[in-house]
Amino acid sequence: MNALARAAELDLIACTVCGLVCRNVPGDPHLDGDGIDDAMACPRCGSTLRRRKPNSVARTWALLIAAFLMYIPANVLPIMRTASLHDVDDNTIISGVVELWRAGSPYLAVIVFTASIVVPVLKFLALGTLLLSSQRGSAWARPQRAKLYRLVELIGYWSMLDVFVVALLTALVRFSVLSLVEPLPGVIFFGLTVVLTMFASMSFDPRLIWDGMDSDD
Amino acid sequence: MTDDKQAEPVPPNEGALPRPVVKRRRFNASLIWLIPALAAVIGLSLVISNWLQAGPQIVISLQSAEGLDAGKTPVKYKNVVIGRVNKIHLSGDRNHVLVNVALEKSAEGFATKDTRFWVVRPRIGLGGVSGIDTLLSGAFIGADVGDSKEFQDEFKGLENPPSVTNGAPGRSYILHSDDLGSLDIGSPVYYRRIQVGRVASYRLDKDGKGVSLQIFVDAPNDRFVTRSSRFWNASGVDVSLGANGLTLNTQSLATVLAGGVAFRDPPGPHDATPAPEDNAFTLFGDQATAMAPPDGAPTYIRMRFEQSVRGLAVDAPVEFLGINIGKVVSLRLDYDEQKQRFPVLVGALIYPQRLGTAYDKLEALAKAQGESPDLSQMVGRLVDHGLRAQARTGNLLTGQLYVALDFVPKTPKVAFDASAKPLTIPTVPGSFDKLQEQMAEIVDKVNKIPFDSIGHNLDQTLAGLNTTIKKVNGETLPAVNDTLHGVQQTMGTANNALANDSPLQQNLGATLEQVQRMARSLRVLTDYLGGHPEALIRGRHADAKAAPINTTTPAPKPVQGSKP
Repeated sequence: MNALARAAELDLIACTVCGLVCRNVPGDPHLDGDGIDDAMACPRCGSTLRRRKPNSVARTWALLIAAFLMYIPANVLPIMRTASLHDVDDNTIISGVVELWRAGSPYLAVIVFTASIVVPVLKFLALGTLLLSSQRGSAWARPQRAKLYRLVELIGYWSMLDVFVVALLTALVRFSVLSLVEPLPGVIFFGLTVVLTMFASMSFDPRLIWDGMDSDD
Repeated sequence: MTDDKQAEPVPPNEGALPRPVVKRRRFNASLIWLIPALAAVIGLSLVISNWLQAGPQIVISLQSAEGLDAGKTPVKYKNVVIGRVNKIHLSGDRNHVLVNVALEKSAEGFATKDTRFWVVRPRIGLGGVSGIDTLLSGAFIGADVGDSKEFQDEFKGLENPPSVTNGAPGRSYILHSDDLGSLDIGSPVYYRRIQVGRVASYRLDKDGKGVSLQIFVDAPNDRFVTRSSRFWNASGVDVSLGANGLTLNTQSLATVLAGGVAFRDPPGPHDATPAPEDNAFTLFGDQATAMAPPDGAPTYIRMRFEQSVRGLAVDAPVEFLGINIGKVVSLRLDYDEQKQRFPVLVGALIYPQRLGTAYDKLEALAKAQGESPDLSQMVGRLVDHGLRAQARTGNLLTGQLYVALDFVPKTPKVAFDASAKPLTIPTVPGSFDKLQEQMAEIVDKVNKIPFDSIGHNLDQTLAGLNTTIKKVNGETLPAVNDTLHGVQQTMGTANNALANDSPLQQNLGATLEQVQRMARSLRVLTDYLGGHPEALIRGRHADAKAAPINTTTPAPKPVQGSKP
């Protein structure tokens, strides 16, 4: 029994919706809170009571892997076609960034690069780190890891920037012969990547960070 | 589908905490793995479709990658995209550019041995503008596929578009020329001033002594290229001054600027079978040369002129009885130690074939006589007959000379060495030199005239004449004057005597009147005597009615009406 007891050690479980704290019922296989075959509901609001998000790690892994698989074609396939009078240009994300940089708008290039390369990669790395460390129940840098998770949650939406840019340009730039912007399959995969990483970070339970062996604190 | 249980009242000893109720979960957690599986399937399908669509990868080496763009530049065959450049890098030796091209699946047939690739860029030449569309769309790589089925994935790109695409109907021929002139790839080939083909390529001969051009003549006009066709460079402007005046002959203005080749069959009987593919022809400099009878192999001859050959230049014609049979190729000074003179050695190329049938006959004659039909032997015989080379004035205005081979009568015999190499033809002084000689002779004769003694004698004579004239003036002329005075007086006297009112005249008149009267009376007398001859004896009859004789003129009647 540590100084900082966990709810599970005290046989307590809190409802994440209405905040009601319940006690486990030892003996009842559904209500003993041992994590096996549990099926509990909040007696006050009826929402499911869970000590942790179910299968959080597996789900997060699955979604993260799916997102990563989608991220490959998103980067390889061109996301946007800009056609002008003398030139048809298919740009992937990276080549678009390079083109922006060359065309003399480095700020824009940095923004696009951050939103479409840095952020997804950061998410993959961050979620992967969180998953691995919580799977191993390590006590390493727990507060920082918690902050990292919150950061991942925060920046999730901004990755959609690219998709918005393509959508906006496609809608705005339509001068038939003179210039034309068309979305290409890459942008769909990119959108899927962003959505899947958001789901992945949602399905991760940050409380897992604090599980496992406490270090000598 | 939750089966909620009523929360039991919590035992107080266990703290007043509610118990959770049982809830059935109906979602199998493992289903979440469908999502990555699906993603993997999508990814795999992309990879597989890409792999299925991908054709062969080929590498084209080019001199420069100007206008090419990795990932963008298309490869086109008949303006259909069959692939795309996906990488451009330098070769290991940095001498050329390697362009990786991903061909499409459908264009696998282009990765064969005799496929040609070239970069289509806008080209502006005198002959026209090509590839203008690439100004807007950017350069692309053109392809032309051959018949080979042998796989090949490394190509050497052409620097210029091939002017003949594979399988185009027509034939190509080879032309040999001394130099390229103003021709270029794509220069037109004309037949009767209609463009029927173009120059496909050119290259230096291996020995560097000429240029070989490949031309392509489109079907069906390739049938006009016969075995005896003559090709000439139509780039030039042919200005000829003939008996009809000045004529200017060109193919077209564009040809003059950009060059071109024309061909035509020679006049007269000739072999009119169409020439086979890749037949070799000679490219002549102009139409006149091309249409001339074939020259055959040239022979080098040498002539040794003892006098100045000012005005004789390289390329000056060599004429035999007025027919051009060759040209001068070299002029060199020599030194004759015995005579202490500087003779000029003139080298010339002559084309015996230009003598035409004469040459054939001479050859036949030589063979018939059992001699070797060698040119030097023949020339030897001709030299014995008086054949000599002579530098003659071809143009009085410019003083240019030409070499005339002619039979000079009454020329001294010379020793002719038929075995000498090169063949040396004896010379006689030129026409102008002869003129000079004759002039010199005249001058000599003039020199021989004794002008001094002539002048001296003339001087003396003139002096004698002077004294004579003085005598005449001083002595003779006054006497003559006096004489003339006398004559004048005499004439005056005569004038006086002959004047109308002179006494001489009056006396003469009276005398004549007297004579008249006398004559009248004589007549009367004679008449009377005629009638009365007896009167001489008897005298006059008294009764005789003598005819009244008007001896005197009746007195003039007073004029009536005259006023006093």
